[in-house]
Amino acid sequence: MLADKDRIFTNLYGQGDWTLEGARARGAWVGTKEFIDAGRDWITNEVKASGLRGRGGAGFPTALKWTFMPKVNDGRPHYLLVNADESEPGTCKDRDILRHDPHHLVEGCLLAARAMDAHLAFIYVRGEFIRERQRLEAAVEQAYEAKLIGKDNIHGWDLDIIVHHGAGAYICGEETALMESLEGKKGQPRLKPPFPAGMGVYGNPTTVNNVESIAVVPEILRRSGAWFASIGRANNTGTKLMCVSGHVNKPATFEEAMGVTFEEIIEKHCGGIRGGWDNLLAVIPGGASVPCVPGEKMRNAVMDFDGLREVGSSLGTAAVIVMDKQTDIIKAIWRLSAFYKHESCGQCTPCREGTGWMMRVMERMVEGRAQKREIDMLFEVTKQIEGHTICALGDAAAWPIQGLIRNFRHVIEERIDQYTYSSTSDGAVPSIAAE
Amino acid sequence: MVARRLADESVQPAAFAFTAENAKWAEWKIGLYPTGRQQSAVIPLLMRAQDQDGWVSRATIETIADMLGMAYIRVLEVATFYTQFQLQPVGSRAHIQVCGTTPCMLRGAGDLIDICKSKIHPDSHHLNADGTMSWEEVECAGACVNAPMVTIYHDTYEDLTAERFEEIVDAFAAGKGDTIKPGPQIDRLTSAAEGGRTTLLEKPSAKRTKFVPPPPPADAAAPAAAAPAPTTASKPKDVSEEAAPALKGTPKGAKVSQAKAEGERKAANASAKANGKPNKAMREDATGAESKAAKVDGGKAPGKATKAAPAVGATTTSAAKSKAAKPGKAAPTEVNPVAEKGGSAPLFKAPKGVPDDLKLISGVGPVLESKLHALGITKWSQVAKFTASDIAKVEDSLSFKGRVARDNWLAQAAALAKGGEAEYIRVFGKKPR
Repeated sequence: MLADKDRIFTNLYGQGDWTLEGARARGAWVGTKEFIDAGRDWITNEVKASGLRGRGGAGFPTALKWTFMPKVNDGRPHYLLVNADESEPGTCKDRDILRHDPHHLVEGCLLAARAMDAHLAFIYVRGEFIRERQRLEAAVEQAYEAKLIGKDNIHGWDLDIIVHHGAGAYICGEETALMESLEGKKGQPRLKPPFPAGMGVYGNPTTVNNVESIAVVPEILRRSGAWFASIGRANNTGTKLMCVSGHVNKPATFEEAMGVTFEEIIEKHCGGIRGGWDNLLAVIPGGASVPCVPGEKMRNAVMDFDGLREVGSSLGTAAVIVMDKQTDIIKAIWRLSAFYKHESCGQCTPCREGTGWMMRVMERMVEGRAQKREIDMLFEVTKQIEGHTICALGDAAAWPIQGLIRNFRHVIEERIDQYTYSSTSDGAVPSIAAE
Repeated sequence: MVARRLADESVQPAAFAFTAENAKWAEWKIGLYPTGRQQSAVIPLLMRAQDQDGWVSRATIETIADMLGMAYIRVLEVATFYTQFQLQPVGSRAHIQVCGTTPCMLRGAGDLIDICKSKIHPDSHHLNADGTMSWEEVECAGACVNAPMVTIYHDTYEDLTAERFEEIVDAFAAGKGDTIKPGPQIDRLTSAAEGGRTTLLEKPSAKRTKFVPPPPPADAAAPAAAAPAPTTASKPKDVSEEAAPALKGTPKGAKVSQAKAEGERKAANASAKANGKPNKAMREDATGAESKAAKVDGGKAPGKATKAAPAVGATTTSAAKSKAAKPGKAAPTEVNPVAEKGGSAPLFKAPKGVPDDLKLISGVGPVLESKLHALGITKWSQVAKFTASDIAKVEDSLSFKGRVARDNWLAQAAALAKGGEAEYIRVFGKKPR
């Protein structure tokens, strides 16, 4: 369990003052100039020593990503693009950073920009976060006024920050779609290569990082990478914002050390599972696109990248969705299928057609109006979509269904049996509640 | 994908104009983006227009396209792609957006939707009888720990119960929406646990126990100077997550989608392991022995990782080189042909004089142009005179089979060499590029 003194986001709930003054009182913007003066390599190495892995879902080492930026500037500007397009169902951690601790992010932008030789940073906030964006814009404004950022600022590293926003497209969380959207186009992912570090926004070298990855950088530098690395297990270091939603007694967002068990976080921060641990059916541990895990396997699972891989899922964004035994699990996963169908950008055929097809089959399975062999067919189709699209949305749409079939096949079969049993001799079925 | 169309002509207004204040704001917003990139402002401008009028009409789209110098169709594409834009009039007092995605569904969003259906209109996106209210079901609005929730205009109303939501709908219908406090509707501080937060109970202070000041800049500058000079100064090395050393040895990783989630995760693990003992881990990964590599990680001392840092960079480069050595197997990578051949002489003799803009040839971008330059090709006339064996040589170095013929470089270059852009337009009927 993490002690309060080791927490990075000290105003997570907005209980204190979010402005520059308040942030400074909590330790932000202290020593920033020293870090800038220490240079690009020092910042990168310190972050490397911290073992920080990207907080946006894929868990790629942040410092390593920065080193992909060109070492020698070829005349093109370098850009930092902060991905605040947080739209993964279950995830709402960046929201609290944006509205309550925005100066962590602004300071992180300056330091990260130094580490990748960038003088312009974009922060792409999702369109629905209107109040959050206004808060961030105000924080950026305060930083400009105090000459912390901007041209000829007191830190000696010029940086302009543009707060940009989207308009309700989940796909824009994918880094190349994010860049397309920032350029004023439809958010359809680009093929890679070329990779963003070679050719990103406006054809210039760009690094895309999650809000949380950038916002923890100032504190890592202030307290040393070794401090961050001392929290959690090897390869899974540091603290993490976790959001628990669904059937717990008290859903909450909180910052916790990586590597604590699922049971610990639920008992300590969320007041337990609704109806007790025996009532736990399944958990989606990392945002909608990771496979669900049956409750009994989840109870002692370790909440970090490797720990959740061991139970056949993934940490993702550490957005935990809990489902108790009163949940219609087929319907819950069907709703995710509907989500992916809605959010597919339509560029690749397997995803555009497949997400709709899967949703329609799932819809019948919610009722039980299906054949058992269709379960295998559905599984087979998810495998056809997975890996055959430009971006990972196709995979993300396939995995929840695969998780459902792998872990809860018997539920689907029972539903089909029940539907058949209710039919009359001439095949007509009185409507049965899908609930 | 959702099919979204503009509203019927009967409700489309004849014209759209920003208010003076909004016009000033728009000018400021457009000015933020780098010169020539004003198109970036299209989403913010459309959103501002929607805030002003409540929805995005055809006139709005056309006006904004004119402001940004964009084709109408490009703005229409944006307006129909992004689902937050309302393409038909919405309720004048409130347009209620109910989040219906799984986390909200689990906590009762279905009840909220039923209330909308009974109190406002059975179908979403329809105005109620007096045109004051409308509703829609939206996908995850990003307040999952406060589920279920609705968004009305700029504010969110969270932790709703059916009863409380009915009150809210009634208040907005009566034009008294401002009497409802946005945010959680129960005893709760934003996203903290109900009934009192479980963390951050101590008073935060600026004092840090483990403050470590960075070393003087002189130390930091030393390794930077020692780093080898890049071979392709004109072009950034195109290293990426997927090109990271860990993925090199796993041919089955060629699946396209593994790129993102799986691939990054594997790369992350392997390279994190590589931090500890770079050489050994690298070699194991190179043979694809992933499970064995897991044993290497052991106790990774943070101090060590810092030291190993340059080594990681170095192995990345060497991995990229080894990939270039066997182009048959690897996916086409962008490798400077000169560097690949160990810095041997260019294939062609570069003619004297100012190089032509090869980018005018459709199919040649800045990257290809610099590669062609490296090969000694700088003039349109050179390209126009390519023989079959020249083409083979060039395509070989560029790793682009069939590119020259497919994009018809020869005819394009011939036209450009003959009469520049004007001749190109005469022959092809369009401007180059």
